[in-house]
Amino acid sequence: MSWQGAAGLALVLFCIGLAGLLARRNLVFVLMSVEMMLNAAGLLFIAAGMRWGTADGQIMFVMVLNLAGAELAVGLILLLRMRGRVRTLDGDAAVLLRDAS
Amino acid sequence: MVAVVTSLMAVTGKNPVHALLWFVVSLLAMAVVFFVLGAAFAAALEVIVYAGAIVVLFLFVVMMLSLDRAAWAREGSWIRGPVWVAPVGFVVVLGGALGWEIFSVPLPVRAGRAVLPAEVGLKMFSGDILAVEMASLLLLAGLVAAFHLARGSER
Repeated sequence: MSWQGAAGLALVLFCIGLAGLLARRNLVFVLMSVEMMLNAAGLLFIAAGMRWGTADGQIMFVMVLNLAGAELAVGLILLLRMRGRVRTLDGDAAVLLRDAS
Repeated sequence: MVAVVTSLMAVTGKNPVHALLWFVVSLLAMAVVFFVLGAAFAAALEVIVYAGAIVVLFLFVVMMLSLDRAAWAREGSWIRGPVWVAPVGFVVVLGGALGWEIFSVPLPVRAGRAVLPAEVGLKMFSGDILAVEMASLLLLAGLVAAFHLARGSER
């Protein structure tokens, strides 16, 4: 697989994740789209590391993996807490700060 | 190709569990891509961490949310029709620009080289030790935040 093929695949996956992030209202799917975008960024790091023949790409991929794990843990806990508060998964319902309730 | 199709299915799905299964297939396809690119270490991490840990975390949360058929129907009503028009339009513009950047510039493609896991480990724990420390700090912060948020407000 060539460098441009891998970069194109990363681009397509990033765009799919971005479309899902913008279009979905269910927060589970929003988090899944974010994971998909991070995964595409990791693929681009791997592809660049392959293209230059160094290990830096894989090191950066490990960092992206760390970031994804930490972000997902906090995001899912916030999702559970919000579900307990407003009884829905709709991201548009999170206006409790504005209503000062 | 498999990764693209399964990612589309995962994003456009209605049932979260089915979407998660599509996402697992997508991640496994990505692991194969990593292996083909010569990054065996990253492929193993992709299978273990993403397809193992992260998807199981998603699955636990979906189980704790106790979704029923009414939730699926409401979900289906959220993602129908013109909701997709504006996001897909934005994404097509952005993706077109980025794709033009990628494919218009003829880069001199060197022969790719398989990078062994031992090489990655040596580089990571000798030269990039600061990045490792930062990653550990990030994980600690995530752990503390998750614990604090999960403990609730019974203080």
